[in-house]
Amino acid sequence: MHPQNCYYSKEHEWLKLERDGTALVGITHYAQDQLGDVVFLALPSVGARLQQFQKLGEIESVKAVSGLFSPASGQVLEVNQQVLDKPELVNKEPYVRGWLLRLRLDDPGELKRLLSAQAYEDLLAGMGAPHTP
Amino acid sequence: MEPDPQALKHSPLFGEQQALGARLVYFAGWQLPVQYRGILEEHRAVRSRAGVFDVSHLCRTELRGEKAAALLQRVLTTDVTRLTPGAGQYTLLCQEDGGILDDAILYRLEDYFLLVSNAANAEKVRAWLVHWAGPASQPQIEDTTRQTGMLAFQGPLAARDLDALTHHEAAQLAPFHIRALRIGRHMALISRTGYTGEDGFELILTPEDTVRVWRHLLAHGAAPCGLGARDTLRLEAGYLLHGNDMDAATNPLEVGLGRFVHWDKGEFIGREALVKAKERGVARRLVGFEMVGRGIARRGYNVLAGSEVIGSVTSGTFAPTLDRAIGLALVRAQLAQPGQGLAVEIRGEPVEARVVALPFYRRPKVN
Repeated sequence: MHPQNCYYSKEHEWLKLERDGTALVGITHYAQDQLGDVVFLALPSVGARLQQFQKLGEIESVKAVSGLFSPASGQVLEVNQQVLDKPELVNKEPYVRGWLLRLRLDDPGELKRLLSAQAYEDLLAGMGAPHTP
Repeated sequence: MEPDPQALKHSPLFGEQQALGARLVYFAGWQLPVQYRGILEEHRAVRSRAGVFDVSHLCRTELRGEKAAALLQRVLTTDVTRLTPGAGQYTLLCQEDGGILDDAILYRLEDYFLLVSNAANAEKVRAWLVHWAGPASQPQIEDTTRQTGMLAFQGPLAARDLDALTHHEAAQLAPFHIRALRIGRHMALISRTGYTGEDGFELILTPEDTVRVWRHLLAHGAAPCGLGARDTLRLEAGYLLHGNDMDAATNPLEVGLGRFVHWDKGEFIGREALVKAKERGVARRLVGFEMVGRGIARRGYNVLAGSEVIGSVTSGTFAPTLDRAIGLALVRAQLAQPGQGLAVEIRGEPVEARVVALPFYRRPKVN
C-alpha cells in the first residue's frame, strides 16, 4: 500500500524522486484513508519556495480540514491541475494521479530525514493504525 | 477527547458496526460510527436509494399521567393540545430568557407522550423536565433510551422497502405520524420522520429487533450510514443542529424557527422574553449561504461585509448533492436577505459567498 520507491514524512506526505531529478509530493494512502472523501485542496502557486516540514497548504475532506507539510525544501515547479479539479483522485490514486506538487529540491541531503516505506509502516503500527490492506 | 471507557455508551448495533469496519467517534458519551464506506457514498445512497442510520443515541423520554400534557404545554413552545393520538410535532424547549435549551419531536401515543431529543442535551433536558414537574410524583418521566434501539431508514426507496416488512402499513403513515406496527413477530414504534430531506422513517425497537431489522435492511440493499452523512444530508435539507446553529444563547426568532412558537397556546416558559424579542425585532439572523469563491466555510469562521465582521459560520460543509460548499451563519439581521453578497474569512482571506433561501435541497416531488 505504501510504495517502496517513495520517501515518507511523519506528517503522512510522500516524496518520490523522478529521473529528471525533480520530486513529486503527495499524501499517503494512510492519510487519505483517515481523511475520507477529499473535496478541496489549497496548494501553493508555481514558483513558491517551501521549507522542509513547514506548512505548504491545506486539504479538506467532507468532514475536516488538515494541514499539508512539505517533506523537503524546494521550489514549486508544477501544481497538479487535475487534482485541483478532481480532489477525489487523492483518495483513488494517492501515489499516481493524486500527486499534488512537483518540486525542485534545494538539498537532496534532506531526504535523510524522511522515512523508508518500512519505517513509515512501523510508525503507523506504533500508532495503533489498522493493518493496511 | 476520549472519555472513560467504563462510562462509554454503545448502541445495540455496536458489534454490527465493528464488524462492518465503521470508523467510530465519541459523541455525547457514546461511541458512534461517523462513516462506513465513505461520507459521499453514504450521502448519495440516501438521496438516490435508501440508507439506514443507527440513531439509538437520541434521547427518548416517555411522559405519563394526567399531568404530563400540562408539563409539556409549559416547557415546550408548541401547542401540545393540537396533537391527536398518533401525531407528532417538531418542538423547542426554551429557557425563561427565550434561549433554546434543545429541539425535539413530541409524539402523542394512546396513553403517553414520547419526547425524542438530542443526545448531547439529554441530562439538561431531563433535569429541566424534573424541575418543572415539581415535587409531586405526577407525571411519570422515564428515560427509555437504553431500553431500546432506534434506526432512521431514509431515502426514496425507504417507503417501498419498509412497507414489505410491515404488512403494507408503513407507507400509510402520514408525515410526522407514529404508529406501533408489527415487524415480523414483534412490535416497533414507527414514525414518518427524519433528518435528511428525504422521505423516510424512524423506528424504535427492542435491542434484539434493532439488530434483526438492521441486518434485514442491509441485506435488502440499504447502505449503512454514519454521523458524517447525517450531517451533510441535514445541512442540505436546511435542518438546524442544536449546539451548532442554535443554542441557549440564541432564541427561535433569530434562527428562523418562529413558526414553532405557538403564541396563541397560552403561558409557556420563555414566552415573555420571546414576546419582547418579537416586538423589539432581532438583531441577528441565521441564514443559509453558498460559497461563490473557492473554499469550504467551516464552523467558527468569520462572516464579513467588506472588512467588517458581521457574524460567524455555525455549520459549513461541502454539499455532495449540490456539488458546492454551503453553510449556515448567524449574521447581522440587515444583511440576511437572500441574494446578499458576503464573504467568509478562510485561512485569513475573504472568500466570496452569497445568502440563499433555505432549504438548499428539496427532494423532487413524486407523482
